[in-house]
Order: sequence, then C-alpha cells, then structure tokens
Amino acid sequence: MADARTDILARIREALKVKAPRPHLRAEPGDPSPSKAGRPWLPDGGETREASLTILAEQLAKLKAVLLRVPDRAAAAKALADLAGAKGWKRVASHSDSLLEEVNAALPCEVWPVSRDFDKRRLEACDAGVTTCECLVAQLGSALVSSRSSGGRALSILPHAHVIVATADQVVPDLADALAKVRAGNGGEMPSMLSFITGPSRTGDIERILVLGAHGPKELHVILIG
Amino acid sequence: MRISLFVPCFVDQLTPRVGVAAAEVLTRLGHEVEFREAQTCCGQPSFNSGQWDVARPAAVRALEVFRGAEAVVGPSGSCVAMMRVFYPQLLEGTPHEAEARDLASRTFEFSEFLVRRLGVEDVGARFAKKVTYHDGCHALRELRLKEEPRRLLRAVKGLELVETEEAESCCGFGGLFSAKFPMISTAMVQVKGGALLRTGADYVVSSDPSCLLQIGGWLSREGKPVLPLHIAEVLARRD
Amino acid sequence: MSDPKSIFLKDAAVTSADAPQRAFIRKALGGYYVNRDLQKARYRDWERARDAAAMAKWSAVNDLAANLEKFTANFERNGGKVHWARDAAEAREIILRLVRQAGAKSIVKSKCMTSEEIHLNDALEAEGFGVVESDLGEFIQQLRKEPPYHFVFPCMHVKREAISELFTQHLGTPPTDSPEELTMIARRHLRQMYVDADVGITGANFLVAETGQISITENEGNARLTAALPRVHIALSGIEKVVASLDDLSVLLPMLATAGAGQPMTCYNTFYSGPKRRDEPDGPEEFHLVLLDNSRTRILADPEQRDSLHCIRCGACLNVCPIFKNIGGLAYGTTYQGPIGSVITPHLRGLKQWNHLSGASSLCGACTDACPVRIDLHHHLLHNRRNAAKENPTWFDRIFHRSFLFVTSRPALFSLGGKAFRAFLPLLKKLPVPYMSAWLKTRDLPEAPAVSFRDQWKKGAGRG
Ligand code: SF4
Repeated sequence: MADARTDILARIREALKVKAPRPHLRAEPGDPSPSKAGRPWLPDGGETREASLTILAEQLAKLKAVLLRVPDRAAAAKALADLAGAKGWKRVASHSDSLLEEVNAALPCEVWPVSRDFDKRRLEACDAGVTTCECLVAQLGSALVSSRSSGGRALSILPHAHVIVATADQVVPDLADALAKVRAGNGGEMPSMLSFITGPSRTGDIERILVLGAHGPKELHVILIG
Repeated sequence: MRISLFVPCFVDQLTPRVGVAAAEVLTRLGHEVEFREAQTCCGQPSFNSGQWDVARPAAVRALEVFRGAEAVVGPSGSCVAMMRVFYPQLLEGTPHEAEARDLASRTFEFSEFLVRRLGVEDVGARFAKKVTYHDGCHALRELRLKEEPRRLLRAVKGLELVETEEAESCCGFGGLFSAKFPMISTAMVQVKGGALLRTGADYVVSSDPSCLLQIGGWLSREGKPVLPLHIAEVLARRD
Repeated sequence: MSDPKSIFLKDAAVTSADAPQRAFIRKALGGYYVNRDLQKARYRDWERARDAAAMAKWSAVNDLAANLEKFTANFERNGGKVHWARDAAEAREIILRLVRQAGAKSIVKSKCMTSEEIHLNDALEAEGFGVVESDLGEFIQQLRKEPPYHFVFPCMHVKREAISELFTQHLGTPPTDSPEELTMIARRHLRQMYVDADVGITGANFLVAETGQISITENEGNARLTAALPRVHIALSGIEKVVASLDDLSVLLPMLATAGAGQPMTCYNTFYSGPKRRDEPDGPEEFHLVLLDNSRTRILADPEQRDSLHCIRCGACLNVCPIFKNIGGLAYGTTYQGPIGSVITPHLRGLKQWNHLSGASSLCGACTDACPVRIDLHHHLLHNRRNAAKENPTWFDRIFHRSFLFVTSRPALFSLGGKAFRAFLPLLKKLPVPYMSAWLKTRDLPEAPAVSFRDQWKKGAGRG
C-alpha cells in the first residue's frame, strides 16, 4: 500500500481532473492576487500617518484597550511607572530590548527579564508583561508581536496584563502592510510565532455576553511614543 | 405591451383573486394581457424535491407555453425564480438550454416588472390601511427584489407601510418542506408571525402567494386579526 | 428506529417546540447581528471583499495538490513534521503515537472542530490520557459530556445558572450568576493545566503554502497558551485549509472575524512556523501537524460542490439560519451544524443516511448571503436532494411526483383535477392525506374558491 501522503495527493490530482466552473467573481485568480483585489474594499486604514493614528485610536478604544500617547521615551517611562503604581503591580516581566530598557527604568516594582528556559510558574505570577511589537495596524487596532522581537511566546499572553511599547513610526495602515513588513523584516526565516493581538483576551461563551480576560491578558495597554 | 400572465398552479386553484388582480393592474396601465391556458405548474415542487427528471419535462412544457411571449409576468417571486434562475440550471446541457435562458430574460416578477421594466410606481391605487411587507426569500435573494414592492406600496394613497423586525427572515414555507418538516416550519412561522403582529399592521402584504398561504394559515389558526394580502390585490384596490 | 433521520425528526420536533429555549438562542445572537452590521459598514465594499476572499479560496482549492506540497516542504524546512492521515482512524493513531512518544502525562487542547470530527478525545481517554479542553465553551461542553452546539459558539445554548451548577459540581466553586465570575473560575482552573501539560493540541484555520506557517484564530488566548507552554505542539487540520500566500490572510482574517462574530478581527491571529528557535526564550521543542483527508477529496471530486471546501468555519451561516435557530445545534447530530454541515455531512458520512439534512431547509438562502467566501450553500442543498433522488429513489416520491407530472402535463386534466380537489377539500381536510394533514396540524388552509383563475379568465375576469 502506498503511504498516506502519496495516496492523498493522488486522490487530489484525480479529483481535480474535472475542472470546477469558474465562479462569477469580480476578481481574477492569481493576478492580481486575491489580497490585492480585496484590499481596496476592506476597512480603511488611513491615507496619511495622522489619519492612521486617528483610526488606530478609535479601534483600540472600541476594543477596550488603553492607548497612552507620549512624546518621548522619558515620558513613556513615566507613563509606565504611573500605570504600575496605579495598578499596584509588584512584579512585571519584560524582555531584553534597548527601548524597553529605557522605558522600564522608572518602574517602581521588580522587573523580571524572561530569558532562555525561564520558569513558567514565575511568569504566571507576574502582574504584567511588557513587550515591544513589530507594528501596529490602524485598520483593525491590532498589534503584531513575534516570538523573536517580543520576548518569546508566553510573555505577551500569560501575565494578567500586557503592555506594548511602540513608536509612532511602527503604525502601518492595514493588515497587508503589516504582512509585507513581516516578510521584508524576517527574510527567509520567520520567527516561530507571529501573533496579531486585537484587544485584550475576551470570550462571549456564556450567553454571548462579553467578558474580558478569558485566558490571556485582561488588560491591554499600548504606550505609543511620538 | 402584450403581457403573458404566468399564474402559478396553486394560485389558479386556491387564490385566483391574485391572478385577477394582477391582470387588472396591468390592464389598467394600458397593456394587453393574455393568459395562455396550456400553462399549469412550473415544476418547482418536483425540482425542490430532487426529482429533476420529473421537473425537466414540466420546464420544457413551460418553454413551449410561453414561446414567443414578449414578457411573461408572474405574481410569485418563487415561481418566477424557478423560471429565471433554475430553468437554465435544470436544462443545462440539453437542447433546451438556450431557450431556457431566453425565457429567463423575458420573465418578470410582478412588482419587478412594474418598477424596473415599466418604470411605474404609482398605479393609481388607494388603500387606507396599515400594512407590513413580507419579503419572500426567492424574491429577495434569488431575484434581488427589495425596494421594488416597497416603492409600489409607498405610492398607494392612504397606505401606511411599517417594517417588520424580522423582515428578512423566512416564513418557513419552503414548498413541501412545510409539510415534510412541519414542526420546524411551524417554529419559523411563529417567529415571523410574532414579528408581524408586533407591527400592529392590519394586513401582511407579500409578492409571494405561497408565503401568504403559510403566514395566513398560521395567523388564521391562531385566531389573529391580521390578514394576508398579495401586493397585486393591494395595487388593484381603489377604495 | 435509530437511523440518523429518525433521530433527527424526533430531536428536532422536541427542540423546535421549545419556545423559551428558541427565544434564548435568538436573544443570544441579537448582539452579533448589531456588531456584524457595524463592522460590515466599515468595509469600503463588503461584497467585493467577499469576491476577493472567495477567489483566494477558489484558487487554493483548485490547485490543492501543488499548494499542499509547497506548504509541507516549507513547514518541514521550518523544523516541523507533517503527518498525513487518510481518514479519522489514521489521524487518531498518529496522534496517539505522538502522545505516547512524548510520554504525556497531561494534555491540554484548544478548540479544534477537526478533532471533534475524528473523536479524538474519546480515543485519548480510552488510552488513559487525560485531556482538557481549554476554550471556555469547549471546557463547559466537556464537563457536560455534550458535543458543541455551534462550531464557533460551543455552549451558546447553556444558561449561566446551569454553568454555575456545573462548576460547583466539578470544581467545587460557590454558585454565581455572573458570566464574568464564571469565566474567571474557568480561567483560574485552566491556568494550572497549561503550565503542567506536556502536550498541547490545537487546530489550524489556515495553512500558508508560501511560508509553511499555520494560522490559528481565537479570542481567548487559550490556543496561544496551548502552543506556548507544553513541550510538544500537535496541530490537526483538514487538507482544505491551505491558502497560497500570506497576503491572502490580509483579506481572510478580518472577514472571518466580521462574518462569524461581528468583530473587526478576532483577538488573536497567530502564525506558527516550527518549534522554538535558538534565539527564542520559549516554545515547544517539537511541532507536528496532522493533515487529514477524511472524505474531503470526495467533495473535491464533485466540481459542483467543490466550493464547500472554501469554508473557513466562521459560523455566519449558522447565525443567520432559521433552521439552526429553531432546532438548535445538537439536533443535527453532526460535527458541523447548520447549512454548511447539511451540505458537507452527506459527503463525509453518506448521502443515504444524511440527505434528510438537505431536505430540512426552506431554501431561504440567508446562509449563502452571509457566507464570506461565497459558498453556494442553499443551492448545494438542492444538489444533494437531486443526487439522493437519483441514488436512492423512494417509491413514494417517484409515484407522487410522476403522478403530479402526469396531471400537470394535461391542462384539461389539471383543470378537472383542480375542480375535484376544490370540491372535496372540506372532506380531504378531515382525512389523513399525506402532507396535507401535516400542514393542518398547525395551520389552516383557505377555503377553496368556487371558480379557478382559468375559468374566471374565460369569462373575462381581469380585463377591466
Ligand atoms: S459555509 Fe461560509 S458562512 Fe458557513 S461557516 Fe463556512 S465560511 Fe462561514
């Protein structure tokens, strides 16, 4: 008997010998790519930086994420310190990054750096995770984090709150831009995880009533510099 | 224009007044209306039951019946959808395919014909009642008619049109579905009927007599005072 | 009798008569309709976006072999391992073997309908592996020992009181009527599970051929935790989930969220390519993907219904379906409920036993209008009916429709028959006439008019 892979691929080739009728769609297969064909019809992400920033702010507010706009790194450090103080955070986890080093500097609590083979239980006990991101998507209010640039997989999902520190030049209009940026930035090897985070964790599983913090962070704060 | 009236089989036998009203409105607008007596059933019940072999000869008959007619107009979104949308599929790959497409291009639902083809909205009707409109699913989703009947109703003198919450929900008729799965069909008409009743309308109007059979049948069984009325009947009224 | 049709008729009769439960479901969906419309309004053209989404899936499915080969090559280049499974049994065996090799003591799972399709949990439990569903809805359904009610909203039919009782019974927590508190109870309980589990099992929403990534869409964060903390990550996916390029997701991800849940974007859309890398602090050491056929190639072989493989399991067709809303998800008796389930289940489990689902539809078409990837759902129900009538004709149907054709092919006979029918209608209403008596149980029929339209016409009616 042939192996399953050979078998399944043979079944597929056999099945596709009969062509499906071309659907009546206002888009062509392949060229221009479906994504390019669809892009102009998706929600607007803003033509100018200012427009994108406005849309981003609106989207984040609707998602119940908190956006803090600050002029510079020093102000970001102060904003984060104030946030930690107000929330009474005792220990926050973060990852090594030059921007975060400055922004975390004023924190009034312990800053625990995740490193190789960190203790999961210890991370679970942290009040917040502070990370950078790859970009922010205005169109959807999403932040893209990656296992390479945002401290691995768990830091942005396990602690009770997630703080993203980003700069205004990281804001892109739409998802297609974000994906293009990922492709350009990572060359041949993608990070093992890339995650678009759109608001704090949520569920509607009980009577379709919205509850935040189902498993991931109950709070999402975005500190945007510039 | 010479208009060939397409009267669905159950309208012919159970609600002939709908056919009469449609003819009256078209005649009043100055058109010549004919009724080709060889017509019977379009074959939809068999088609929907999967009996395409049975539906095919019925469709071919209809092609013959309406051969040469300039415009075929039917007061039923569902039966018109059968001719417009499903005949070409049913007869695909047969020698009748081309004629099926041709008939499809000449066949119109009544309100569609008035508004889109004749460009008429005010047919000179008067009906001083509060009515709500039910979109039959075939008219709404196969023929994409939504505004046409509403425009006609808004032009009726004295008529107050109120929208229903579940305007786009199915009434649960679905042809033989209503009898093969009566419990589901009934649950659906309860939802639809409940929404219709909440509008406080005196009449529920539709372009689909089959939906009216279902909705009217349920309203009557429940002893509700709201009456079903076909849009052609409203447009024929001058009281 | 316990054939699927009899069970369906019995169950649907009970659920469709349960007015309070039906009202509960409609109310639960109320917020969805509002949010969906708000989000759709943000699209510059929703209909054209649907065209693009449909085209992305059409291109991928109609070039499935090449896309899968490209995907698997890239997936393995990224350090993952692909396993192919012809059917459910093979997929279960593969996963059991992987779990044994991992020496798993506890397994945490995030929502995966494909695993429901292959009855994975039963197989794992039969071998003594404990497995915990981490999606809140799935967790509740697991405790209730009940399959999902809706493949996106698994426990939407369960009231908070019942959930509170369930938690009290299983987790020993005090009763509460707050959805927030109930969610937090599950959160606290499940957190330990992620930390302790050695194997995490997830599904996949998309497989990206170009990059070898799998994409997982979720709101709660449980899939992210499942793929972050355990030492081994096993994903299970149907072969039809592949798309050609990463860019396709820029259309598909927002549309999935908007169509299915009325969101701009689902909370977490995560792409995985391989196990933890050297320069990363955490993540699984092993990453496996099980690719399942299980009759999908049978659907592929039917060009007319091939587009049902476009399905991105958003759930929109269920949310708008009057049948689903009135009989509920469990009455279907299928893994996939609602219109898409009625279309594909006959292919997955046999047309003869499952064609009744295609019949249980008024063909209203609300599903087809809702589908973000433009699957011709309600017409496929017609196609299933046609195929079933051809493959397994029933004598009643044949006689009924042939006699009807015999009469309607002869206008004089039709006219005569009509006359007789009208004359005897009052009597017929009292007799057990097939179809008519079913109708009359809950609805009246109008009084038959004395004269048919054709006879009135002859006398000049309708001409002023
Ligand atoms: S068939 Fe369409 S609407 Fe239904 S779940 Fe699949 S993608 Fe969504």
